[in-house]
Amino acid sequence: MTNPETRIGKRFAALKAERRAGLVTFVTAGDPDMETSREILFGLPGAGADLIELGMPFSDPMADGPSIQASSLRALKNGMTLKKTLDLVAEFRNADNDTPVVLMGYYNPIYILGVDAFAAEAQAAGVDGLIIVDLPPEEVDELWKPARDAGIDFIFLTAPTSDDARLPVIVKRASGFIYYVSITGITGTRSADIADVETALKRIRKHTGLPIAVGFGIKTPEQVAEIASVADAAVVGSALVDVIAANLDPDGKPEKGVAEKLLALVADLAAGIGGAGEKVA
Amino acid sequence: MTKLNTYRAGPDEAGHFGIYGGRFVAETLMPLILEVEKAYTEAKDDPAFWDEFHSQMKHYVGRPSPLYFARRLTEHFGGAKVYFKRDELNHTGAHKINNTIGQILLARRMGKTRVIAETGAGQHGVATATVCALFDIPCVVYMGETDIERQSPNVFRMKLLGADIVPVSAGTGTLKDAMNEALRDWVANVDDTFYIIGTVAGPHPYPAMVRDFQAVIGNEVREQLHEAEGRKPDSLVACIGGGSNAMGLFHPFLDDKDVRIIGVEAAGHGIETGEHCASLTAGKPGVLHGNRTYLLQTDDGQILDGHSISAGLDYPGIGPEHSWLFDNGRVEYVSVTDKEALDAFQLCTKMEGIIPALEPAHALAHVAKIAGDLPKDHLMVMNMCGRGDKDVFAVARILGIELSQ
Ligand SMILES: Cc1ncc(COP(=O)(O)O)c(C=O)c1O
Repeated sequence: MTNPETRIGKRFAALKAERRAGLVTFVTAGDPDMETSREILFGLPGAGADLIELGMPFSDPMADGPSIQASSLRALKNGMTLKKTLDLVAEFRNADNDTPVVLMGYYNPIYILGVDAFAAEAQAAGVDGLIIVDLPPEEVDELWKPARDAGIDFIFLTAPTSDDARLPVIVKRASGFIYYVSITGITGTRSADIADVETALKRIRKHTGLPIAVGFGIKTPEQVAEIASVADAAVVGSALVDVIAANLDPDGKPEKGVAEKLLALVADLAAGIGGAGEKVA
Repeated sequence: MTKLNTYRAGPDEAGHFGIYGGRFVAETLMPLILEVEKAYTEAKDDPAFWDEFHSQMKHYVGRPSPLYFARRLTEHFGGAKVYFKRDELNHTGAHKINNTIGQILLARRMGKTRVIAETGAGQHGVATATVCALFDIPCVVYMGETDIERQSPNVFRMKLLGADIVPVSAGTGTLKDAMNEALRDWVANVDDTFYIIGTVAGPHPYPAMVRDFQAVIGNEVREQLHEAEGRKPDSLVACIGGGSNAMGLFHPFLDDKDVRIIGVEAAGHGIETGEHCASLTAGKPGVLHGNRTYLLQTDDGQILDGHSISAGLDYPGIGPEHSWLFDNGRVEYVSVTDKEALDAFQLCTKMEGIIPALEPAHALAHVAKIAGDLPKDHLMVMNMCGRGDKDVFAVARILGIELSQ
């Protein structure tokens, strides 16, 4: 079960009370630039995002498809860093003390900052959870321990390849929620078959009582609604950052209204699961 | 540093060499990595696996490769007695095939029906495409666009061998980017695909496995030099991209404390320019491509694109075991610029009638720097790990000579 004291725990409890699944939105911090990214981030809860996954840009996002690769590179090109990502979360936290923020990314920038410094700064900024793609249970302890001590949830990825022998190893250290990667593949490519997802979730639920968010390949309000019928939350990422990619001028600068367009898509996605976004007053 | 009893015991069970190595991969790949590890552990203890490996080494690859006394260069340098380990005479022209034979045998053992690989210089791509042709397994090679341009002869060879070449435009279109793309392919094709990694890097068990296959180089050197000189070498020199030819030469000698061991990284335009691939000389530890190791990176932990005249050395990381051997001081690591390597390339061609690949030309450039100051009875073995046919167009371009391709 989730900890009822944390933002993530509270949010899943509230969703349960509302008898609906949540919408988790992924955008990259600093994409395409700091100003637009701030506008997007601050607008997400109002548009209907129940939880926010914020990508920490990395030069070599190995598990990501072209959309999120491009998103990461846009942010880096415009000077985004891990420190600035944490600053952005802190700013957001001042304005919104309820919406959970989960940082998602790769280990190297954290390792270079230092795991203890990172955990302390993330806690101070109001980060609720971490998804670190290239830290499987075998390697995770060096960051998992400082994160746990700082009260930050570690959200583990499970995949179609995670069998019954593997799942106990993963859920042992998991808190907050479990992320089910619905396909064997990278972000923004194929979409999973809903029957397969349902079977997989049944299997994972035998190993954990944590809520399960499903991601990879979910792009449309219909897909969100379909996933919402079997999961506790649906994650959409590539489809959102594609809105940014489609609204850049030839110099790569954002055209006017990018944030509005992205947030309009979030509202559409949320509408399909009854998350109209009124919860943030 | 505390003195170790042995430098040859690593990695530990989790694939760590000290703090380096490990298995930093997405969860989707983790069960597969464990499966490769299990299969390799079993194969390693199976004499039949090694019988087949050595039979292929002998009859297909053409091993043992000669250990050749480079008489004219030795006289030219005026000091140490310089030997070349002639791995450029292997089938396909480099040491890379020692490893691809080993891995394809493992892939077959595991019942995999599709092979992927990354390549920089194209030598590993060619060696992979070759063994895939030999064993009739479909092969996809990821190669950066920059490398496709500067190593065009190898691109054509791979195509002739039946491989599909996928150009990678991300980053600077070099080896690091090709490796990212190969890993993405693997995540999407976990059931049928075996990833043949081309150097002693990547998640455990690759660094140890590739080393074990390449160790045939050092093991032969020990025997051959004993035959020629009745004793061990005094020093070993090899170039380092990811570090597989070097590890293959070095590893059997790591516990011979009186053997001086030197790895040569690519200094590109010069370390001070920032345009180089000298991960140990100028990088710091980080995590990329499944392992912790020295990496060229920014203060924010973003990976930098390296630069080297040699596509095979153009990688911002290095195998984790080298990082460990660097920290504990067992192996010396130095670097050599593009210009120095190019001079050595020409010198070797003119004086020995051997056109070296630009990669071992780096090793030779360092030999040129130190051999003259060493006594005449000093036995130095340099790994001539590849031939330069693939580089002649690129070298001609740099020397300002027009060739019609
Ligand atoms: C001839 C040759 N030498 C060396 C290398 C570098 O690899 P490694 O350091 O793994 O031996 C390459 C890589 O393509 C190569 O083709």
